[in-house]
Formats: sequence, C-alpha cells, structure tokens
Amino acid sequence: MSTPLRLKELSKKEDLLTGGHRMCAGCGAPIAIRQVLLAADVPLVAANATGCLEVSTTIYPYTAWKIPWIHSAFENAAATISGVEAMYKALKKKGKIDRKIKFIAFGGDGGTYDIGLQSLSGAMERGHDMVYICYDNGAYMNTGIQRSSATPFGANTTTCPAGRVIHGKPQKRKNLTRIMAAHDIPYVAQTTPAHWRDLMTKVRKALEVDGPAFINILAPCNRGWRTPTNNAIELCRIAADTCFWPLYEYENGKLTVNYKPKEKKPVTDFLKTQGRFKHLFSPDSKDLLKQAQENTDHEWDKLLREAACWAEETGTTEEGK
Amino acid sequence: MGKKLAITGNQALAEAMRQINPDVCAAYPITPSTEIMQRFASFVSDGVVDTELVTVESEHSAMSACIGASAAGGRVMTATSSQGLALMWEMLHIASGMRLPIAMTLVNRALSAPINIHGDHSDGMGSRDCGWIQLYSENAQEAYDNIFQAVRIAEHEDIRLPAMVCMDGFIISHSIESMEFLPDEVIRDFIGEFKPKYPLLDVDKPVTYGPLVLPDFYIEFKRAQHEAINKAKKVTLEVAREFEKISGRSYGLFEPYRLDDAEIAIVLLNSAAGTAKDVVDDFRNKGIRVGLLKPRLFRPFPYEEIAEALGDAKVICVFDRADSFGGFGPMYMEIASAMMAAGSSPLMVNKIYGLGGRDFMPEDAEAVIKEMTGILDTGKTGTLKEYIGVRE
Repeated sequence: MSTPLRLKELSKKEDLLTGGHRMCAGCGAPIAIRQVLLAADVPLVAANATGCLEVSTTIYPYTAWKIPWIHSAFENAAATISGVEAMYKALKKKGKIDRKIKFIAFGGDGGTYDIGLQSLSGAMERGHDMVYICYDNGAYMNTGIQRSSATPFGANTTTCPAGRVIHGKPQKRKNLTRIMAAHDIPYVAQTTPAHWRDLMTKVRKALEVDGPAFINILAPCNRGWRTPTNNAIELCRIAADTCFWPLYEYENGKLTVNYKPKEKKPVTDFLKTQGRFKHLFSPDSKDLLKQAQENTDHEWDKLLREAACWAEETGTTEEGK
Repeated sequence: MGKKLAITGNQALAEAMRQINPDVCAAYPITPSTEIMQRFASFVSDGVVDTELVTVESEHSAMSACIGASAAGGRVMTATSSQGLALMWEMLHIASGMRLPIAMTLVNRALSAPINIHGDHSDGMGSRDCGWIQLYSENAQEAYDNIFQAVRIAEHEDIRLPAMVCMDGFIISHSIESMEFLPDEVIRDFIGEFKPKYPLLDVDKPVTYGPLVLPDFYIEFKRAQHEAINKAKKVTLEVAREFEKISGRSYGLFEPYRLDDAEIAIVLLNSAAGTAKDVVDDFRNKGIRVGLLKPRLFRPFPYEEIAEALGDAKVICVFDRADSFGGFGPMYMEIASAMMAAGSSPLMVNKIYGLGGRDFMPEDAEAVIKEMTGILDTGKTGTLKEYIGVRE
C-alpha cells in the first residue's frame, strides 16, 4: 500500500534527503527532490550528475542522502544509473537479490539538456528501468549562472549577459520534455514543486512503469533568477499560470495537459518577478517582450493542439482523463 | 589440461570473458577490439553466459555504466581501444578513485590525428596516470592468461582497483596463433566468487559514492590509492604463482630474457619483444652479451626489481611504441627513473618505433643492437631519443 498523497500522512514519512545539506536558502531543487523521494514507497538507488544538488548534499565526511547514492561525473548520471540497474538485473537473475528496487537519476538542466543529453538519450533508448529527474533552474547555476540550452529567451546570465548590443540570451530554450517524449518511452512528464500533488502523482506513475521514465521539474534558483529567497513556490505557480512552464504528461505516448489556467496570464507576469529579465522591461525592449510572449504562446498552442488530437483519437474529452 | 587451438587474440579474449562470465559488461565497438564484444554478444544472445550486456552509445557511457555496475556490487568487464579509451579518460580516474575492481581488455591502437587503426601503445601509455593496474601481453596466450590474473589482482581485498590487460592491435588481436585454453571449471575456481564491498544495492545500508571532498581530506584519498596500487606488485606475484599451478605457465612482474650477464640490455613491450628475442639469440650466438627485458606490470611500475634485473647492463636501449612529445618515451622515463633511483648510471638511449602499426622487423632490432655495441665500445651515446623505421 502506498502512502496516500495527503500532507498529514506524508509528513510522517522519513525525509530521505535530510536537512542540514548546504543548498542555498530558498532553492527550489531540494524542495522538488524531497517531494520526489517522499512520493516513492519502494527502495531507491540514486545517481546524481555533478551540479549544485550533488556538491551541496555530500560534502565529505557528510552526506544528506539516506538512500544509496552515487555521483560519478557531470554528463553521465543516466549511464551510471543504467549500470547500477544492469547489475540489479544480473544479480536478480542469479538469485543473489530478491527485493524490488527502483532506480532514479537526478541532474540539473546543464547535466541533462546539454552535456548529459547523449547519455540520457542512450539510457532511455536502451529501456532501463529507471526514472530520470531533471531539476531545471535554467542555467549552470553551480558554476555561477552561465547559460544553458534550458535558459529562457532574453535571460541575463554570465555568458549571455544583457549588454548594449546583445540583450540577454538571443535563443529560445530547448524543449527537452518533448525530446524525451520523442524517445517513445512509457512515461514523460513536466511539473513544478508548487503543484506538489501533481509532482508526486507523476513520480508514482514514473516509478510504476517497467522501463524508462523522465520528469522535468522547474526549480527556481534565487541566485540566478535574481529573486528573493522566499518565493520559489510562488514563482513556480506563476510559471504554470503564464504557461511559461506547462504541466503535462505523456503516458505511453498519449499527451495530457494536466493544468490549464482559467485565465492565461501574460508571460510578463513571470518575467517581471525576476532580476534576470529586468533589462527586457526597458522602454526600447518592447520587441523582446513581444518575442518572449510569442515563444510561450507558440509552445502552449502546440501542446494544446497535440493534446486535442489525442483526446479526439481516444474519444475522451480533454478534461476526462 | 586445456585444449590447444589456433585462434586470434580477440577470439582468445572473448573466450576468456565467456569463462569469466561477468555479471555486467558495458561496451562500445571500436577497431581493433570490436570483435571481443561482438563475440561476447553472441555468448549473451545464445545464453552461454548470463551477463547483462549494456550496449551503450559511447565509451564514456561504457565506463560510466561499468562504474555504476561495479559500485552496485558485482563483477564488471569491458573492452576498448584507442579513441575509445581516450573518451573514457575522465571516467578511468573515477573508476580507480572509487576503488572499483573493473577489468578491461585494451587492444592497443594509435591515437588520432591522423586517424590510424593500427597497433601502438599511445592509448595505454596515455592512461598510465589514471590509477589503473596495467598488465601488458606479448601474445594471445599472455593476454588470455593475464585477464584472469587481472580479475584476481583487481578484486583482491588489499587492492580493489580497476585493471587493464593490454595487447597489440592487429598484430595480436587479428593474427592467428596456437595457444592453450584452460577448462571452464578451472577458471571458475581460479577467479572465485565476486565479493562485493559496500554495494549500492544493499538498500538497508545506504552508502554515498562520489562525494565532494575538499582540501581537508582529498589528499588522504589519493594517498590511500597510492598505497593500494603499490600493493599490487606483491599480489601480482602471488596470483601468478597460483596461476602457474593451474596452467604450468609462469609469470613475473616482467620477463627477463638472457639478461643475466648482459652488457647490453634492450627493453621492449608486447609483441615486439617476441620479434626481438630471436635477434637477441642471433647476437648471443655471435658471443655478444645482449639481453632483453619485457615489462609486464607497467602500473604499478616495479622500479627496484627492474633496476636489479638491469643492474649489470652498461648500455640500455629502451624502445617505446608511444611518444611523449617533447619528452622521452614513457617507458624510457620509467627505466631511467628505476636506474637513477638504484644508483646505476648505464648509458641509456630511447628508440621510438612502430607508431600507427609500422612493422617492427628483426632487422630493426638488429640495427639497434649493432648500434648499442658501438656505444658499448666508445662509451658515447649520440642522440638520446630517435625515431627508427621512419621513411626519410
């Protein structure tokens, strides 16, 4: 029996990522990871890509992890956990282990969208029984806020600084969640820690799958986003309400949009909360704001159209999932 | 005893892997080692072994998966060459730093650029500082024998480090030679059951592998690694003695060939040593006191033992099938260090040969030994580092 997804019951569960780790105050990542771990009711073994989460939770001789955990390098959390999972299968086949164990990998957007994409793609294609969790804070925050392919259009980072000629990141971000869906794996989803029940339900679905699953979780970084330390959850909510970060899932290839804001807010509601977009609000940057809105609309519309096709095909209403 | 067969080096190693039957193999194809994993994949498909084969998308992922699998708590193997090993380079350090006893067959091949698929030792030598135990092999028989011993050395309680067995690409990997296989049950008893240490899969005793270690502890980790790999010398000899009991073939840290009263010594690794032994015999027949030393254990390097074996030589020529551009060849530097530390000061020259699979012929060895006799007579070395067998 799995723990009901109610705060009362969940609060009684042991935290598998203990307090006292050294992630920044107000960071979204450990909130997301603790939700992931709380959702699981089976023993887990985790691999972690190099990044904030990894360096800040395992400063020797301390570790914040109460589950078996391995970090080997930056670009290979997926390959590393696929080796662990292969050994599990081998030992199970030989009768040396009989417990049910699930395998999980954590990586930031740098370790997932960029340097780790090949290793992730390979592991997904090979069909390992694993869940890959990306906590996406939209830049290489660990090394000091350098742009990644997850960095949103227009954001100011240390390698795409807002200058006189170039106004922050000139490119759109990569849509990794859809790239993962294109691998045609059993489960792919996108969520935020503000939508904790959605996040935990998705983690449960991912863990129930016999095969690879991928979840992309928005994780605000107050250092990089230039925000206060007390509003990570609120930022996630605005991200979903503006459709900057839609909540959706692919179950065996079928897309469902899990949250449709009653009133879709303008993306500026999200952008204006963060210092990294400050320069976009200068009088001569109107075109950039327009572009940011168009990018968001384009992705959101594409998602809705695809979801509508699925609903039509399976004879369900969009809401009747 | 085992059966004798005519077989290629790659076939011999694939057969060895079948007999080892590791729990997990993760590998990516690369010439000239491809055939090892290809044959092994057939063993997996036919259910001859019960290994989980992870057919990764790169060598970087191959070593990463090997690391995950080994830390999970079982026996792990892989095979590669050249660029594959170069791509693994980052992960080689991590495998040794985490003290994971992974066994690898390295079919030695030149490094790009220019791209070249043939045998030289640039790959193995380029990874000599990665913390892996390295055993070099003259022929298929030695490679076959070495891989079982490598598994034992790597997994030894006092060592727990990864080990690679090197043999020459094409010259050995693709040439047929007659060699002896040991029976499956003999190998099974020799390598024994894998004994996991701190396995990730023991979910009741969670461990953290690969934490961040700052200046307050990092050097202690490295010191422990240094001590562990140095113990591999003793363990290599113990394992070799046990292996001799099952095979009748004796192995040491290196192979001395007619070295006892030699005034001229030549040092050669792998297949070229076989070629040169014949030439040494020719010179011996003419009354010239020349001998050969073929290193086997390159990491850890047996400095004292090699210095002692070469102690009486007045002239030493070290052959390197790899270059450290702007420096002497890697083997020369080791031999020079060994002699210097032992207080010997023979005349020493360095010949770079056979890069990118250029043939090393008996005539090449002959010319060099002749040159050494001249150095012995005059006491003058001339150019210390020189390429041989080059089209001028």
